[in-house]
Amino acid sequence: MSTTWEPVIGLEIHVQLKTETKMFCRCRNGFGGEPNSQTCPVCLAFPGALPVPNRRAIEETIKLGLALDCTIAERAVFHRKNYFYPDNPKAYQISQYDEPLCAKGHLDVPTGEGVTRIGITRAHLEEDAAKNVHVAASGRLHGATATLVDFNRCGTPLVEIVTEPDLHDAETAKRFLQLLRQTVVELGLSDAELEHGSMRFDVNVSVRPAGTDELRTRTELKNMNSFNFAAKGIEREIARQIRIYEAGGVVDQETLHFDPAHEESPPMRSKEEAQDYRYFPEPDLVPVEPGRELVERLRGEIGELPGARITRIAETLSFYDADVLVTGGLDRLWVAVVDAGADPKDAANVLANQFVATGIDPSAVDAGELAKLVSTRAEIPRAAFDEALAKVGETGFSADPYLAQKVVADTAELDPIIERIIEANPGQADQYRSGKHGLLGFFVGQVMKETGGSADPRVVNERLRVLLG
Amino acid sequence: MTVDTLRLSAEEGNKLVTDGEISSDELYRAYLDAIGERDPELHAFLYVCENDPGEGIPIAIKDVIGTRGIPTTAGSKILESYIPVYDATVIANCRTRGLRVIGKTNTDEFAMGSSTENSAFGPTHNPWDPTRVPGGSGGGSAAAVSAGLAPWALGSDTGGSIKQPAALCGHVGLRPTYGTVSRYGVVAFASSLDQVGPVARNVRDCAFLYSVISGHDDNDSTTVDVPDVELPTAEELKGLRIGVPKEMNGVEGIEPGVSAAVNKALELAESLGATVEECSLPRSVDYGVACYYLIAPAEASANLARYDGVRFGLRDDGADFREMVMKTRDAGFGDEPKRRIMVGAYALSSGYYDAYYRTAQKVRTVIKREHDELFERFDVLVSPTSPTVAFPIGAKIDDPVAMYMNDVLTIPSCMAGLPGLNIPCGLSEGLPVGLQLIGPQFGENTLFRAAHALEQAIGFDVVPERLR
Amino acid sequence: MARITKEEVLHVARLARLELSDAEVAKFQEQLSDILEAVSKVSELDLSDVPPTAHPLEIANAWAEDVARDCLPLDDVFANAPDRDGDYFRTPPA
Ligand SMILES: [Mg+2]
Ligand SMILES: [Zn+2]
Repeated sequence: MSTTWEPVIGLEIHVQLKTETKMFCRCRNGFGGEPNSQTCPVCLAFPGALPVPNRRAIEETIKLGLALDCTIAERAVFHRKNYFYPDNPKAYQISQYDEPLCAKGHLDVPTGEGVTRIGITRAHLEEDAAKNVHVAASGRLHGATATLVDFNRCGTPLVEIVTEPDLHDAETAKRFLQLLRQTVVELGLSDAELEHGSMRFDVNVSVRPAGTDELRTRTELKNMNSFNFAAKGIEREIARQIRIYEAGGVVDQETLHFDPAHEESPPMRSKEEAQDYRYFPEPDLVPVEPGRELVERLRGEIGELPGARITRIAETLSFYDADVLVTGGLDRLWVAVVDAGADPKDAANVLANQFVATGIDPSAVDAGELAKLVSTRAEIPRAAFDEALAKVGETGFSADPYLAQKVVADTAELDPIIERIIEANPGQADQYRSGKHGLLGFFVGQVMKETGGSADPRVVNERLRVLLG
Repeated sequence: MTVDTLRLSAEEGNKLVTDGEISSDELYRAYLDAIGERDPELHAFLYVCENDPGEGIPIAIKDVIGTRGIPTTAGSKILESYIPVYDATVIANCRTRGLRVIGKTNTDEFAMGSSTENSAFGPTHNPWDPTRVPGGSGGGSAAAVSAGLAPWALGSDTGGSIKQPAALCGHVGLRPTYGTVSRYGVVAFASSLDQVGPVARNVRDCAFLYSVISGHDDNDSTTVDVPDVELPTAEELKGLRIGVPKEMNGVEGIEPGVSAAVNKALELAESLGATVEECSLPRSVDYGVACYYLIAPAEASANLARYDGVRFGLRDDGADFREMVMKTRDAGFGDEPKRRIMVGAYALSSGYYDAYYRTAQKVRTVIKREHDELFERFDVLVSPTSPTVAFPIGAKIDDPVAMYMNDVLTIPSCMAGLPGLNIPCGLSEGLPVGLQLIGPQFGENTLFRAAHALEQAIGFDVVPERLR
Repeated sequence: MARITKEEVLHVARLARLELSDAEVAKFQEQLSDILEAVSKVSELDLSDVPPTAHPLEIANAWAEDVARDCLPLDDVFANAPDRDGDYFRTPPA
């Protein structure tokens, strides 16, 4: 009766490469600009136009494959994937099928309890679709009266990464996605911005009785636009499927769209016309044969990867801090600040909590100055510290003027101020004495105000209790 | 000065212009006059340019080749109003040599056919006998060159569309080695087979035009650099090893008059010093047509999918995108494209891919290997280009499979990506018989040399008797 | 080799986005059956250890450097457009 259920999760991720030009024509990549202003006969699929592959896109895909410990194909082939849709001008997408550039890799995802290895089935190169805008007589919405097409995005190089169904919980799935994103960003392949669609992902979810290895019907969650959203969506879907099975029902294969703006292929029309893409080798292109030399050159361009750094840093800090620092792109600054003399834990706290909120580019920061701030943050007024942190990215920033503003902890200096404030607020003072201790905060606030925030809150609290007592 | 466009070769025309004997405009107008006189009967042209820039001689262009600012219909209603905004690479090459487009020639719809009867705009008639077909798909370019409406022309060949019309109209046509001529800007039929090539009155013109259009193109990743073209002067064939595949000369349905003319030419070749030896392509001839009519339609089903009424071409109404596309394609495509699109989609669809498309790809390997082996022993292979002379208009139009058999002799070398050249080698029932010379990959110069020597020895008059 | 059924003709026409009249369906069922029968000849050969040929040209790595070229002016982009709305191509709703 009380089966325990094991979720089975697989991911399919699309990442737009930030090359100078498109995948199969030399139109500028990185759309924007007037609609259809970045197009040519090739990406508009005019009669007679032919694709010519972008060398850099091929090399960057191989690089990502190497970062994911994939086998790089000795011979890779482009295929045509046939389907009609307004955003697909040739009515086929040039993609890869049974001979992808990269296959059989993995990404080790650090977790609190060591690393979880997630298998990478394949990473292949293809072209992005155009943008459909569905419009009604007034404004833009669904159930539209017309579809407008802008081909600027059409032909943007797109890497598709497919994982094995090795994920069994939403949290690890989220960590995998964050780590993959950071890896792609650090390799310089893509901005991988979910909100701009330069990174998109679909999730396949099914559940099975724990301990079995059956694969039950899976549902597909498409185009979720945030990692947290994805984690929530996965948890909700897992719960839903378990509920269905425990009620003796069956889960049917379906696709749940979260962000229709980023659809890649059209929804199926009907059962009897189940999508048949009729893949076949693209006869306008010849095979890609990377060769040892190229692959080794690309391997040499890859530095220490985020996953490895999380594990290494987690030896000094908590796993949580290490994860936040690395996936937040803050760990290199952290190392520099620590080298400059700051306490590792304090530095991590400042970076992961306060600094991250400022949105300052870590690479713009003078680690030495930041280290000073971190080390003395207990001794200077909170207001001064916040102000300094907000400015730490400015060129020529110096921490010294802020360090000069010491906190006042001397009771001889503070007591008279505190007494004055108690006298000025007799009502509140009486209520406090009659047990309403919540009012302490009110008095602390008054004192800090009076001292322009320079008073040491710890001392003020102590003295207030005594003097009100 | 008046010129006889029926007899003038491109080389002669070019000399007249460069020597100042006649101006480029005068020559251009002479051909316009010839078109005005003879094209109403032949219907070789779908569009005639009243005046096209350039200082050189005219050229006619098959209407599947994109020409900036000049209508390009591919013989289809779906492109009836289409005017390209860019030139095909081969057109750009012609323009840098000063060549002037005189018009766009008729073709079977999307180059799908062997008689030009599949043109949405009506058939072209054979200059030797207007009741007969000029062959296809390039019947328009063939008839234009044969009837002196242009000194030369560009055609395109997927399974025989340059060679077979040249045979039926009695002139020279080259289908180059796959990858030597850019396909950029040429309306695609079957990408792994399509090749643009020259249609000319003699072998030297053919070789020269090939030198103009061939070579690597940055816009076509399936092109390569080619050896320098040598304009042929050979009068003899000493040391040339000719192979004669017995299956080709004994193919079912071959007309006695055709075999006779080809055998006579082979005797001439021997008298010019060539060695002639029978050889065999056991499976290429038997299985070539079946292989071709799976691979070409499969590629065509995808190449013709872009005609969806969104960015160019015909657009029919529909309540939604899907309905609009289905109505547009039903109204815009004729029967032959529809048949091939459906056969191709079927051959690629799940459950049939291995049995049809993938099997055909393997047969293609077999055909390629059979040819490679022969070229270890021979310099050229010789056969009839077409098993028959020009047949009456309408004779095969309702029997697709019979129509497909017209290409039984031209298809195998196309599948192997090899060059093939047609020269006229005599008459049968008063109609031209074509001789096909097949060369090894990039063996164009060998073909030019051999064809030129034979051409001189045969002395065929390319001007249709009724027009002399 | 079995003849192609009416349903198969309709299925493949749908895949290829061709709206066929009943008359066309009947005609094409006949003709496609003949054609498929003829091309099925390829299955007669023993091809067990023959690799497929996708392309007659044996070259690889034909690619271009990642350097931008001029795009088309909008007038050319829309020169042949059946239906235009501002700088967008317009189609019935997808
Ligand atoms: Mg994809
Ligand atoms: Zn483009």
